[in-house]
Amino acid sequence: MAKTTVAPVRQPLVWMHIRTVARTDLKQLAQARDYWIPMVILGVLFFVVVPAVLLLTITQISSVDAVAQLSQVLEILPKSAASQIPGDTGSGRAGYALAVYLFAPVAVVVPITICTAVGAATIVGERERGTGEFLAHSPAGIREIFLGKLLASLIPGYLTTVIGFGVYALIVNTIVGPQVGGWFFPTKQWWVLMLWVVPPFLALTLSLVLRLSAKVKSTAAAQQASALVSLPLIMVAYSQATSSLYGGDEVSWYIGGIAWLLATVALWRGVRSVTRARLLGVADEQ
Amino acid sequence: MLSASRGGRADPQDPSLCLRYFSVNAITNTRPDTLAGVSPAEPVIRLEQVTKAFGPAMALADLNLRVPSGQITVLLGPNGAGKTTAIRTITGAFNPDSGVIRVFGVDPALQGREVRSRCGVVSAKPSLYDRLSGRDNLRYAAELHGLGRGSGVDARIAHCAGRFGIDDALDNQVGGYSTGMKTRLALARSVLHQPELLLYDEPTSGLDPESSHAVLDLIREMTDDGSTVVMCTHLLLEAEGLADQVVILQDGTDIIDGSPGVLTKRFWPEAMVRISTDDPVALDALARHEGVVSYERADRVATLHLDRPDRVPDLVFALTAAGARVTRVEPHEPTLEDLYFAVRQASGHTRLGAVDGSTV
Repeated sequence: MAKTTVAPVRQPLVWMHIRTVARTDLKQLAQARDYWIPMVILGVLFFVVVPAVLLLTITQISSVDAVAQLSQVLEILPKSAASQIPGDTGSGRAGYALAVYLFAPVAVVVPITICTAVGAATIVGERERGTGEFLAHSPAGIREIFLGKLLASLIPGYLTTVIGFGVYALIVNTIVGPQVGGWFFPTKQWWVLMLWVVPPFLALTLSLVLRLSAKVKSTAAAQQASALVSLPLIMVAYSQATSSLYGGDEVSWYIGGIAWLLATVALWRGVRSVTRARLLGVADEQ
Repeated sequence: MLSASRGGRADPQDPSLCLRYFSVNAITNTRPDTLAGVSPAEPVIRLEQVTKAFGPAMALADLNLRVPSGQITVLLGPNGAGKTTAIRTITGAFNPDSGVIRVFGVDPALQGREVRSRCGVVSAKPSLYDRLSGRDNLRYAAELHGLGRGSGVDARIAHCAGRFGIDDALDNQVGGYSTGMKTRLALARSVLHQPELLLYDEPTSGLDPESSHAVLDLIREMTDDGSTVVMCTHLLLEAEGLADQVVILQDGTDIIDGSPGVLTKRFWPEAMVRISTDDPVALDALARHEGVVSYERADRVATLHLDRPDRVPDLVFALTAAGARVTRVEPHEPTLEDLYFAVRQASGHTRLGAVDGSTV
């Protein structure tokens, strides 16, 4: 049967709708303790426990042989990165290298994991609970619903990372700082990483995850599919984050720029994957 | 404006049927049309030849519907008749494959936001956020409908919650509400933004009879505010006494529409009476009595169709004159249930459908 093609009136985005959808989703997330406690544990583990234990171990080592072995860690770094490491002692320099260069993936893995976990359930969850019907009949536009849900999925992961980043900076400066001449963290590359490189990778991941969430039939399926999608993205983001730190300012800006470009395309396509029919649980409505 | 008769659909030429396209203009509006942007002559909802398929399954097949302002229109039909899909197309949640839809004079597929902001919808499942409190559920709806936040909205929320008797539970998590409370909250949410059109899809689903009754009373009250109500149900008792207009759907198409009184008159134009006596022979003699159009007897009870209601005293007199003892004389008012089954039988639709947007 030939379908009637209609071109809906393109209406401007209503930011209040986006904010309302995001805020309501976040409020529900806050009520779901079983959902956010693992996120906090993940953040604490990666940003506090692991770095603190490793840095304390390295900086407290007194054996000359062990320090010499640790100093070899510095040899795996590119020369441009190694030359920027301050400090006189081997343990201090090794601690600096660990803090600035080797923990970079943490800044990527934690937010992507959390965002994926939240985002996977967001649209299919509305459908499963039957609340998609309410949204489908509401005046909120599909783009507004999508962006609201994107924000609600992005904020927990990014917020955890920003808070974790602050705590991590405190730990690093407290433990390694005295050995390298004072507080040094965050370095300029870390600022660029956190503000320019990580956000587009999150947006890219979430646009794919929300697309999956709109298309699959159950939350369990969404979570499995999202895990499969986010794994290679984590690896890409991991390598790019590391390159960004090793390669200097220019590389960071380029990597971030490309990631923003990809994220924009992915978001644009992602918006189109959500339809009112999908909120209602009808798969083959165009 | 009659379309060609299709297999399984009621024959529009059949004089015994008041079929689709029954002129709703003949039904007197109970109050003037006050909707902005809709002329009094224009129905609030107009669907013409609307089709909607989900893969191979036809959910709506040339559906025609006209909903006049300020009345309660009840969509009746078995599960899978297309009631839910019709509601979803009215709000623009689904785009039709073909046909014309106008709600408040505009096409919801093109101007969905405008239509949806003037509609209040309650679906068969209340569609509430269990982790949020009742108040937060209402605030969410208020914000999406552009009411914003603040004391004015809070007062409106309190008013609506009070109207539906759930103000005491507003700060509790909805997950702990009973089914009846959830329905009341969903109803309160649907009127929060003072919509002109209320679309209720089996709102009493899962409720006990007492709660159902209360909900139906509340729905009836809403037309007092000037709202137009469209309610879907497969429960005939619900529609009885509530509907200003009924539309019977089957397999995604409308097979009849009109006010229950007018439709009943069309189906049973003659007066009906049931008479019980202890003498079946005297009873059978009534079949030849003047004014009796048709006669049926089961044991000692006869059902007679009369050309005029004032024939009844003559019939009673004839029976007593024949020596029969009249034990009961009962005027028979056909119910909506009688009408529903008569329509379905006449239109050849007696099987249950299985197509609906919600199940595809």
